[in-house]
Amino acid sequence: MNDKSKHGNRLRDLAKVIRSKNSGPFELTFDVIFSQPEPYRRVKESGVLTRELVCRLYGVPDDAIVAFMFFDPALAFKFTLRRGWAQGSIGERDTFGAQQHAPLMEIEIPGQATDQASAMK
Amino acid sequence: MKAEIKILTPVGMFGYGFPEADFWRGIDRGPDAIIVDAGSTDPGPYQLGLGKMIVAPSALERDLRVCLAGVVRARIPLLISSAGGPGIGAHVDATVEMIGRIAKETGQRLKVAAIYADVKPELVRERFAQGRIVPCASAPQLTAADIDESTHIVAQMGYEPILEVLRAHPDVDVVVAGRSYDPAPFAAFCVLHGLDDPGIYWHMGKIMECGAVCAEPKGSVIVATIRKDSFDLEPMSTAERCTTLSVAAHTLYEKTRPDLLSGPGGVLDLGRSRYLQLDERTVRVSGGAFRPSPAYQVKLEGSALAGHRTIFVGGIRDPILIGQIDPFLHGIKARLAAIYPELKSGNAQLIFHIYGKNGVMGELEPEKDFVPLEVGILGEVTAQTQELAHAICSNARINVLHTPYPRQMATAGNFAIPLNPPENDIGPVCRFSIYHLMEVESPLEPFTSRIVEV
Repeated sequence: MNDKSKHGNRLRDLAKVIRSKNSGPFELTFDVIFSQPEPYRRVKESGVLTRELVCRLYGVPDDAIVAFMFFDPALAFKFTLRRGWAQGSIGERDTFGAQQHAPLMEIEIPGQATDQASAMK
Repeated sequence: MKAEIKILTPVGMFGYGFPEADFWRGIDRGPDAIIVDAGSTDPGPYQLGLGKMIVAPSALERDLRVCLAGVVRARIPLLISSAGGPGIGAHVDATVEMIGRIAKETGQRLKVAAIYADVKPELVRERFAQGRIVPCASAPQLTAADIDESTHIVAQMGYEPILEVLRAHPDVDVVVAGRSYDPAPFAAFCVLHGLDDPGIYWHMGKIMECGAVCAEPKGSVIVATIRKDSFDLEPMSTAERCTTLSVAAHTLYEKTRPDLLSGPGGVLDLGRSRYLQLDERTVRVSGGAFRPSPAYQVKLEGSALAGHRTIFVGGIRDPILIGQIDPFLHGIKARLAAIYPELKSGNAQLIFHIYGKNGVMGELEPEKDFVPLEVGILGEVTAQTQELAHAICSNARINVLHTPYPRQMATAGNFAIPLNPPENDIGPVCRFSIYHLMEVESPLEPFTSRIVEV
């Protein structure tokens, strides 16, 4: 469906882990974790990962974001959303929140492709 | 007083099973205690609401047998927290009873401490009236009805109730605690041994309560060595290793944020934590800091019955219908709402999950106009009685099957139904009615304990 993989510039080409999970019953949290400092720095410094992007991708207002941060010790980017519905109750779609991450994978990061980035490590 | 203590954790969830060879390798390291957490709210509110355990009794028994063999061989205590998952009194008692049965069978004599975390609704009502209960994380404001409707209410104990038992009964073999803050038994055991820097013991407990999930690849059995100002983590499977990155990344997992972790009595600040690779498989951690909160709060968890549910599942392949699936289902909802006043008033709910389109992400799905080849539909009806849920669900399913739509060519039926009977009652639905922080007079206030010789 999407042949951008050749570019090596999507978040899924640069990160090691892209995941979502419930954080307690009333929040969803998203982690993007890198295995090397170089692609992490590249993504962090690109300025692409913003609160505005999260709001646009998930169709949520800014005040639904309860945490938004880079965490250098783990080479990680993280944000947490207030859940719009009750966990494990009526109308639940994803009890563990484990399949809400996919839109993050296609985020394009400007700059050089991964193979160059990893060669620089 | 020892300068260092070792804690062995077999698995991040008691009852999930663990490699026994790794467990015995851990016992050979000479641990001072075996500590394992059995709790979680992740599976949703039904367990607390209906008093169900997370794992099957046979799974719990398997893990218990191995751990009790370790207790006897190494002459060290076993600390279990959040027994059963939700950690209600019945789960503590069931776990104690199972320990008694195993002990009898294997000819062991064990001193078991049971600690209860059930909270009386009267206490919650009193603190609520005093304005001393606030939402935890992103939970909504509490209401009096939330308290009244809760079938079970528990509080997450800090380390203090466990420490009290360990101090009063130094010869205890097994501690079975009800709902606990996951790292609490780890903290209690450290404080018992004079390792009383909360920045160290909470950080250690936060990682250890998940077993060797902090290793790469994720593992099960792990040993922590704790001293005054740092702790070391080593997975017991030789195929796994802890790395500075894998350990630092652990506090990201299912937490609001990785650097500030709230618990009973305060906040663990990992902003200045340090991770040092000691050898290929072992990481040393230090630098965590604990900031006590002005008032000691415990997290309350309550669950209430929200209704009874009936469901149907099926699929659509017709491209003409798939092209108008949203207005089609919307029309059915409107028709049903006109027949059943409970749907209109919100006392009953009819919800369609459209798999292939946005069944997973719903409103959060950014791809709004995607037209799939086929869609699966889960029809979910919840009502105050099972009978009503069944009636509405049956009507909805018949409507999905036979309601005409514009440009229809397939006039024999709209919907491929795999199950027979097509709609099925799946029983009670619960909701987290309480997920709040309550001020307590002392960290021991709502918790009680008893000693059992088995």
